[in-house]
Amino acid sequence: MQKITKDQLVEKTVALLSDGTVSAVLGWSRGEFDYDITPAVFKTAEDLKENFVWNDFCGANFSKYLVAQTGKVEGKILVFLKPCDTYSFNQLLTEHRFDREKVYAVGIPCEGMADIAKVKEIVGDGIVSIEADGENLKVSTLYEDAPALVNAKDVMAERCVNCKSKKHVAYDELMGDDGEVIESNRFDEVARLEAMTPDERFAFWQNELSRCIRCNACRDACPACTCEKCVFDNPASSVENKAPANSFEEKMFHIIRAFHVAGRCTDCGECSRVCPQNIPLHLLNRKFIKDINEFYGEYQAGAEVGSRAPLVDYTTEDLEPGEVFDRGDKDA
Amino acid sequence: MQVKEYKPLIVAFCCNWCSYAGADLAGNNRLSYPADVKIIRVPCSCRVNPMFILRAFQRGADGVIICGCHPGDCHYTSGNYYTRRRMAALFSMLDFLGIEKERTRVEWVSAAEGAKFAATMNEFAETVASLGENKRLEDLRCKR
Amino acid sequence: MRKVSLDSINKVFAKISESNKLYLPVDGSDGVAVYTEWSEGKEWSNALNTVRSPKDFFFPQMENLMEFKTSGKNIELVDIRDEKEDFVIFGVRACDVRSFDILDRVFLSDPVDSFYASRREHGIIVSVACSKPSETCFCKTFGIDAANPDGDVTAWKTEDSVYFVANTEKGEAFMKKIEDLTEECDDSAVTAQKERIAKIMEKLPLADLSTDAFGGGKTDTFFNAPEWDELSQTCLGCGTCTFVCPTCQCYDIKDFNTGNGVIRYRCWDSCMYSEFTKMAHGNNRLSQKERFRQRFMHKLVYYPENNEGIFGCVGCGRCLAKCPISMNIVKVMKKIGGNKSE
Repeated sequence: MQKITKDQLVEKTVALLSDGTVSAVLGWSRGEFDYDITPAVFKTAEDLKENFVWNDFCGANFSKYLVAQTGKVEGKILVFLKPCDTYSFNQLLTEHRFDREKVYAVGIPCEGMADIAKVKEIVGDGIVSIEADGENLKVSTLYEDAPALVNAKDVMAERCVNCKSKKHVAYDELMGDDGEVIESNRFDEVARLEAMTPDERFAFWQNELSRCIRCNACRDACPACTCEKCVFDNPASSVENKAPANSFEEKMFHIIRAFHVAGRCTDCGECSRVCPQNIPLHLLNRKFIKDINEFYGEYQAGAEVGSRAPLVDYTTEDLEPGEVFDRGDKDA
Repeated sequence: MQVKEYKPLIVAFCCNWCSYAGADLAGNNRLSYPADVKIIRVPCSCRVNPMFILRAFQRGADGVIICGCHPGDCHYTSGNYYTRRRMAALFSMLDFLGIEKERTRVEWVSAAEGAKFAATMNEFAETVASLGENKRLEDLRCKR
Repeated sequence: MRKVSLDSINKVFAKISESNKLYLPVDGSDGVAVYTEWSEGKEWSNALNTVRSPKDFFFPQMENLMEFKTSGKNIELVDIRDEKEDFVIFGVRACDVRSFDILDRVFLSDPVDSFYASRREHGIIVSVACSKPSETCFCKTFGIDAANPDGDVTAWKTEDSVYFVANTEKGEAFMKKIEDLTEECDDSAVTAQKERIAKIMEKLPLADLSTDAFGGGKTDTFFNAPEWDELSQTCLGCGTCTFVCPTCQCYDIKDFNTGNGVIRYRCWDSCMYSEFTKMAHGNNRLSQKERFRQRFMHKLVYYPENNEGIFGCVGCGRCLAKCPISMNIVKVMKKIGGNKSE
């Protein structure tokens, strides 16, 4: 259950639209069901009142849309940012990817987003409605007469279970209360893999990455992937490939994708959320974050604007590449 | 039929200012190192994009080594410091994916270190040979 | 009609795989069903459908077409096509069975795609009726009966049994093979199931979705519709919808330099990609809006225009479930077809 209500957000937004503070609003638009929510640009109060939604399925991170939308809109665009989205917002600002003056950022608290796949695992298929009901989600299906009550905590998306921060690091206006940076267990799964033997890790990733269909959703949804022309889309790069031709291509794409955002990835988890094949792509990103924290000191991308990402920085005392394997808990 | 002896193919990215000159010196001094070490000259070790390394493996390399000036001696002041961070992150990731970590290496070789260059290559080729062919980052299409 | 008890279905699979490769949906390590070659120990998934459609069997995501080998000044052309043997795809849903017809109209019309034709010839399709459709299903919109799918053999799965009816010669041969394992039966259980499914189909949230507004000859009606801007404004330009789609048939042919020759291969392409149909003069669809429009116009207008009014969508609902921003053909049809039925 989200603490702030849709009505509060609509009321606030309509006021800012009508007094001319903003001329467009980046928000969530209702779908055919209660969970298939589409990011949309709202320009009128009527549209907002009719189509704007805010519920447990508003997972999409809007930061990246600002790159394109700030160039399209006259005046300011209002953007809703959940705490994790604010990190991506700052990171994009650090990289000068959009004009801060053209944005009116409204921070909104988030109690964690639900994963529809987890809901379906519990209640089955044929969902006709999902309503918030206190701590629970009330889910009606075609196949059960009575709606099922599911605790929102039990169907929370992985990235929200391992939420790293409820604190907004950027906003013009904050609705509701700000939270704190959380001590999360987000690196546990990475550590579990690190503790395996190389053969086990190879088998694990071979199995995961073999499902890749190279739809590029992970890249296209990633707020850190904002190159105008990706090397994988450029026929002149000689690595462009539209298909995961074999296990080498699968690995190359995912290593390069994760490496290119290493140090800039805020761990927002969009890559894994959008993957149609349920590949835990965030683990590759988290591996880089964990390594960077251990090698070069704690660093959270997007925590502050203008900070220097660890891979475009150095000290003369850095450890040697050969030494990264000799640090105690490794299998070496 | 004769069985071909397995010799690992090594790709060595050498920076123009130190390590490539070091390789030159090794040659001038008649120091031997395996002929299967293929040197690719780069302006600076930090020119080596992770993609270069993966592509080398794709095209049949069994080991990839990057050689640059000693930290503090970079012709461009700080290039090799960036190399050091990037490769630390990349090698750790390859290890995370279960790819033998011994197949990749970074060594600092100055223009005066012909002997070190030869010794490094001999030792690296031996290490890679003991691992056998690169199977985990191979592209079968390139082996037809 | 013949039947086998559900407990003995693995015996049927074992029998079939003695002579043919048998593929069926099996739950993968992440719990999601995927078409897998059957072997002892593999269980037929209870999932409604796979994320990846079975179009892979006839039109794989990537296949090598030929190889060029160079030696000196000579170029040798190598045909690397592997001869296909008969194979069985078991458990295909009604929507996906229809998707094969849609692909056939593209690949089997002149000039015939011999790679596709060979696979199609060797493929034996055992379809299975849906007993628990999802809220994202809308096959009825395209005149597909989820309770009575086409295919060489149609199967119905009930609580305790699987019922079979052969529809084609290939299907008869299939039934012959499992004759000893199945027994003749009446169709009362299947009739009851069909009635039950028909009732569910009526209740599906998308049951009323209509194609009336669309079809051949409607290019001018929709091409410049203002709604495209709004519909496509947050499209990420990824290829998820096209790659999970059972009817998307666009491909690219590319050369891969192996270092000692060239492999010419074909792979799926997506109209959502910026490089799609790029030609010498550049690209003809420069914005995501144009690319987005192409996908839906193709399915709803261009395809029926060239194929006697048959739409290029089967209502499987994969894109509804998988689009990262939940934009899909249903939303497009409702938005754009809403007041343009003329």
